[in-house]
Amino acid sequence: MEIKGKVYRVGENINTDVIMPGRWCHLTDDAELAKHCMEDLDADFAKKISTGDIIVADDNFGCGSSREVAPLSMKAVGIDAVVAKSFARIFYRNSINIGLPIFESPECVDVTEAGDELEIDMFGGKIINHTKGKEFTFAPFPPFMKTIIEKGGLKGLVLEKLGE
Amino acid sequence: MGYTIAEKILAEHAGCEVTPGQIVNVPVDMAMANELSAALAIKELNNWGIDKLADPNKVCLIPDHFQPAKDINAAGIAKVVRDFARKHDVKYYLEVGRAGIEHAVIPLEGIVLPGQIMVGGDSHTCTAGAINSFATGVGSTDIAGAWATGEVWLKVPQSARLTYTGKLRPHVYGKDLILHTLKDLGTAGATYMAIEYQGDVFEQLPMSDRFTMANMAIEAGAKAGLFQFDDKTRELVESTPRYKSDKPDYTIASPDADAVYAMERTYDVSDLEPQVACPFSPDNVKNLSALHNVKIDQVVIGACTNGWIEDLQRAADIFNGRTAHPDVRVIILPGSQMIARQACDLGLPQIFIDAGCVFSTSTCGPCIGGHMGVLGEKEVCVSTTNRNFAGRMGHLSSEVYLTNPAVAAASAVLGRIGSPDEL
Ligand code: SF4
Repeated sequence: MEIKGKVYRVGENINTDVIMPGRWCHLTDDAELAKHCMEDLDADFAKKISTGDIIVADDNFGCGSSREVAPLSMKAVGIDAVVAKSFARIFYRNSINIGLPIFESPECVDVTEAGDELEIDMFGGKIINHTKGKEFTFAPFPPFMKTIIEKGGLKGLVLEKLGE
Repeated sequence: MGYTIAEKILAEHAGCEVTPGQIVNVPVDMAMANELSAALAIKELNNWGIDKLADPNKVCLIPDHFQPAKDINAAGIAKVVRDFARKHDVKYYLEVGRAGIEHAVIPLEGIVLPGQIMVGGDSHTCTAGAINSFATGVGSTDIAGAWATGEVWLKVPQSARLTYTGKLRPHVYGKDLILHTLKDLGTAGATYMAIEYQGDVFEQLPMSDRFTMANMAIEAGAKAGLFQFDDKTRELVESTPRYKSDKPDYTIASPDADAVYAMERTYDVSDLEPQVACPFSPDNVKNLSALHNVKIDQVVIGACTNGWIEDLQRAADIFNGRTAHPDVRVIILPGSQMIARQACDLGLPQIFIDAGCVFSTSTCGPCIGGHMGVLGEKEVCVSTTNRNFAGRMGHLSSEVYLTNPAVAAASAVLGRIGSPDEL
């Protein structure tokens, strides 16, 4: 599976309060969530993002509240993947569970700037920054997580278990 | 090789040997959600076409974030959750007026027990680690999966052992210990880890301080914040309504002498003074004495971090015979209805009201910038809650300082951040 897109660059410790502020946490509708994604970081975020864009962040992306509306809103606004130096753990599992691909590659983050073109080979463990002409590797997903990702999220696993 | 507390509970549930990093599927003893995470989980279940829960006796639903309903949207969400609870005969649906904030309600009602695994659709689910339960925050999809299958996947965490020694100075509590720890570790210092708190300091402190510290384990990125079981734990667990009525069996998870810890820290806290987390991160911690003339507009005392009965008592001891500064609004948020009732028995609401404070119903409201005390532009708040990210309690330009309840009460009287010693 391959993902290709333009980079929107953010810094470190981007918490889920900023990704989806408390005042919007009652929303469950994708289109509504998309409108408010990251608005406390960048009021025009939703307008700037084009479908297929990739967020690139420094350490501890998604820390704080467990609110799943955070990764859901990112998916809803059209983000196809997140590459970070590291992720907070609840955000990590939420993303895997809802089928938002995320990758840890500090080396890639270090050289990548806003607007760069990235290509990610999900199961090949490779990220190419076409703008910078550089290639990076990341640790492959553990087999269990790979299964969840291949099934498009936790749903597939749950339905399989119930069907047993 | 021996097990840490987390490894012991996970191995027991998985029915096999475990090592950190391994992913295990484990049965959950309780899968809990508030109205926000529950509404999304219910939506997921509907999308998946699932109409049956694995075990409604292991489901807990507590509407607390925007409840009592702050507006029509919040009422609608609460209704979705209430209808779901009725339809599926969920054992632990706790209605407004009979509950409070989930993390205070759950251990005090006995909804989770020592040695058990609880997942919760809220990051501060780790609070129940104070009673030796492996409790961890997950997302709504995880909760939907746990409700449907009775299981959840968990990566066995590495463990960190944090030891606190010494004799505490006056007005220094669990909140100060955890803020001091956050200053040392940072907000990602224990990411993916299970923290074990231990040390002789806890002999000087009641259970409420353990809850405060377990609650804020997530602020260091941890998966759980665990305490060993002792007489104080037993007393609390065996006095809960559920324990008294059902007399359930429970197991105790003690760490083995040869358990392996990925990180160890020892804090001698004899000289520690009250700590303050400054805007905009819980790890931006300074000594109270380093803050001069920070004028404040609002004080919030309580919520799931410091809304335990001892916390309210500590604040009331400061307010007793004093009044809040004319420029400061004070909101007292008991952790739960049960705690509010205990406060009444102790005569605390009278003290708060005489001091000019709002004695609020138990709700998350102000803590999440939802209702009942939202901050306006550039307003400054001292709060005993756990997060002070930009915009957390209201306007993006508002500022939140996190302290213990005694310092918050003293600051309310002074009109600026200050110490009980100045009164
Ligand atoms: S009081 Fe605050 S931190 Fe606690 S559960 Fe409610 S919103 Fe979360």
